[in-house]
Amino acid sequence: MDITTIVFWFLSALALFSAIMVITRKNPIFSVLWLIIVFFAISGHYLLLNAQFLAVVNIIVYAGAIMVLFLFVLMMMNLENLPVVNKNIWMKFLGVISGGLLLCILVSTSKSAADMNLKTIIMKEGNIGLIENLGKVLFTKYALPFEISSILFLSAMVGAVVIGKKES
Amino acid sequence: MNALVLCIPLLPFLGFLLVGLLRNKLSRPLIGIIASGVIGIAFILTLVIFFTHYYPANAITYFDFIKNSKYDISFSFQVDQLSTLFMLIITGVGFLIHVYSTSYMHDETPAHYARYFSYLNLFVFSMLLLVLGANYVIMFLGWEGVGICSYLLIGYWFKNNQYNYAARKAFVMNRIGDVGFLLAIFWLLARLGSVDYSIVFSNASALSTTDVTGITILLFVGAIGKSAQIPLYTWLPDAMAGPTPVSALIHAATMVTAGIYMIARSNVLYSLSPVSMDIVAVIGVATALLAASIALFQNDIKKVLAYSTVSQLGFMFVALGVGAYTTGVFHVMTHAFFKALLFLGAGSVIHAMGGEQDITKMGGLRKKIPITYWTFLIAVLAISGFPFTSGFISKDEILLAAYSHSKPLFWLTAFAAVLTAFYMFRVFMLVFLGGFRGNDEQQHHLHESPPAMTIPLIILAILAAIGGFVQLPELFGGHDYFNQFLAPVVPALSHEGENLATKEYALLGGTIVGLIIIFLFCKKWFAVNQFEGKYTGFKNVLAHKWYMDELYDAIIVNPFNNIAGFLKSIVEKSGIDGIVNGVGRFIQYSSRQVRLIQSGLVGNYILIMVLSITVLFMVFWNQDLIIAFLQKIF
Amino acid sequence: MPVSYYIILASALFCIGVAGVLTRRNAIIVFMCIELMLNAVNLLLVAFSKMQNIATPPGSVSVGGSDAQIFVFFIMVVAAAEVSVGLAIIVMMYRNVHSIDINFLNRLKN
Repeated sequence: MDITTIVFWFLSALALFSAIMVITRKNPIFSVLWLIIVFFAISGHYLLLNAQFLAVVNIIVYAGAIMVLFLFVLMMMNLENLPVVNKNIWMKFLGVISGGLLLCILVSTSKSAADMNLKTIIMKEGNIGLIENLGKVLFTKYALPFEISSILFLSAMVGAVVIGKKES
Repeated sequence: MNALVLCIPLLPFLGFLLVGLLRNKLSRPLIGIIASGVIGIAFILTLVIFFTHYYPANAITYFDFIKNSKYDISFSFQVDQLSTLFMLIITGVGFLIHVYSTSYMHDETPAHYARYFSYLNLFVFSMLLLVLGANYVIMFLGWEGVGICSYLLIGYWFKNNQYNYAARKAFVMNRIGDVGFLLAIFWLLARLGSVDYSIVFSNASALSTTDVTGITILLFVGAIGKSAQIPLYTWLPDAMAGPTPVSALIHAATMVTAGIYMIARSNVLYSLSPVSMDIVAVIGVATALLAASIALFQNDIKKVLAYSTVSQLGFMFVALGVGAYTTGVFHVMTHAFFKALLFLGAGSVIHAMGGEQDITKMGGLRKKIPITYWTFLIAVLAISGFPFTSGFISKDEILLAAYSHSKPLFWLTAFAAVLTAFYMFRVFMLVFLGGFRGNDEQQHHLHESPPAMTIPLIILAILAAIGGFVQLPELFGGHDYFNQFLAPVVPALSHEGENLATKEYALLGGTIVGLIIIFLFCKKWFAVNQFEGKYTGFKNVLAHKWYMDELYDAIIVNPFNNIAGFLKSIVEKSGIDGIVNGVGRFIQYSSRQVRLIQSGLVGNYILIMVLSITVLFMVFWNQDLIIAFLQKIF
Repeated sequence: MPVSYYIILASALFCIGVAGVLTRRNAIIVFMCIELMLNAVNLLLVAFSKMQNIATPPGSVSVGGSDAQIFVFFIMVVAAAEVSVGLAIIVMMYRNVHSIDINFLNRLKN
């Protein structure tokens, strides 16, 4: 068992555990923190898969920007004295059951796809994940979508401002 | 030339579209000119065919009408002597009646005036289609077309409910006959695989006796409906609700003779089935007698003429039934002349009387409306069989043919002819002789009709007087032109080996003596100033038309209404409504239950979505597994 | 490393996200679960990208699989935009009903 395998298992276990913690914590602040750990674990996976650029972006955008935004919103709200709506234990039960069922189905489906079982991934090899290579592709083949995504950002920004504005 | 033939029915159709669609735009004179003009042109085109002897041996096919692997029914016309003769009658008499109508209907508003003429043009179109069609399906198209036009025109004054009922009655009675006609067409298709006249008649001998008898009887059922014979004759007197020119054109001269045309056209089939011929003759003579007896005591001038029409149609069926097809067709022609004349004359009388139709309120009109008087007199003489008028010659032939077929048939037919003379003279005396019995206002209103009405009367009077000479018996120097004309299509009855001269002289003598006696009796009874309109005893039965309408009501209409009422109140209410409402209630109930799923909570929706995704994955990826599982269960 | 490992890992993360969406009623946590699901997809895409990538001798540029990584990049872009709008909506909702419980939002019923 080489170091790569050990890291893989460690990161996978960390990601799964953290994800479960995210959905089970009562306090949303803890959920946010656990989710940041999930993102770090996933970034670790990206590094294992030689997607260095994505690993960095993931940490900066998700763990850095987005989760801070979440925390910011949470702290803006006074969540201590929220009106309590009656809890439905059956609903939770059903949710877990159907989530588990979906997992079973997905796994069995991927297992039943014969050509997937033989494919392997060569870890720690290749260089497509480098900024240089990705950038070349992004600014040549995907130049137009890239520009369009900037318009998407612009509209999202305008939308957020309009929605968040206090009604006069 | 083929395009010209197509033009003949298309012109009236064009007139129908033009007048009907632009009814709010056109002025009355323009409507009259268009509607009469198209018929006039069609008449001229028919004359061209008649004088150029354009009778192609094969049917003229224009396009495929119904075509499949088994049947090939084309839209084709058969131009021969028989259809040309009918086209002449339809367009000729039709033209005169159109001209007459332009004046007669003058009180209508332009839109209704246009409606009237568009119906009339559509009728002429359908009637031409009927006689021109080269197969039974095209004939049926025209047959239905004239039926709907008849319905529309009887109910022309649709604001009067009584008239609407009359229209409905005519429509329903015609439908009964049409079912017979349709069944005959289906039977022909099933047996011969074709409805073209040429194929049917050349293969007729291949049919079994049962088939021929069945087909001909069913065809005759159609003819009974259209030509108002027993038992489907009661619609025709009621059809007098329509405007008088309509009665003249549709319910006397043309449409009701469609049955005669159909049987004359199918003479090959009928000649193969003596049983059907006998039925035709018996129904014909019974109708002739019954209708003539009813006509004796009717007081409505148009009702008398209507029953007279039924009776005359009976005469034609007698002629057809004894195998004298040409004679039947000949009587159609002469009848078209004098009966159209009678109706138009009656229209003129009604016009003069300001809408009054009761002959007991007329009288002494001879001086006031001389042209109508003289033309009506000629028509009465013709229908009564006054020697050497058209009616004499055609009836004479019918009686001769009946005599050589069977003696009782002859005597019954002759008796019906006597009754005909009697009731016609009665009407004539009551209307034109004696003193005036109406009120002062009507007397003041009396006036002769305008030329647009009198000129058609005069033309028809000339035709009614001399139109029969085309078939003058050889005894009097005639040459059977009519029979020879029709010979290629319809064989004439042969009188060879019979002593015709004696019979002809006997008939002539009998007719003259009979007419004089009837004239004298009628003059004594009816040409008086006072007239009591009450009848007693047997006269009352006749005046009530043998209570035939009441009988039909009792045995058919009322039971039918009762059944319908039962179905409506019991079966419909509790049965069908129950099922329908039950379905509705079930849907409402289940919807109320299903609606609870829509809780508005996003969580529930997502849950359902996830479960559905699961199910879909199961279905599409593990189909074999599921099928095996289901097979294990079931 | 077989690719099916990554498929199972990503599926598990995704289903944890689904279960979170179904069980939790705090709108922010539901939102976070959605982010989790997006990341599971991203991980899978990167794994597939690597699977498509054909290894070449060291030093030269390998070919194939870059499309999937670009896709991940765009997904991150969309997610960032989505988060900004979504959080704005949640703030709005809190301002109106003083709660971020999604069960308060049952207006769809009527």
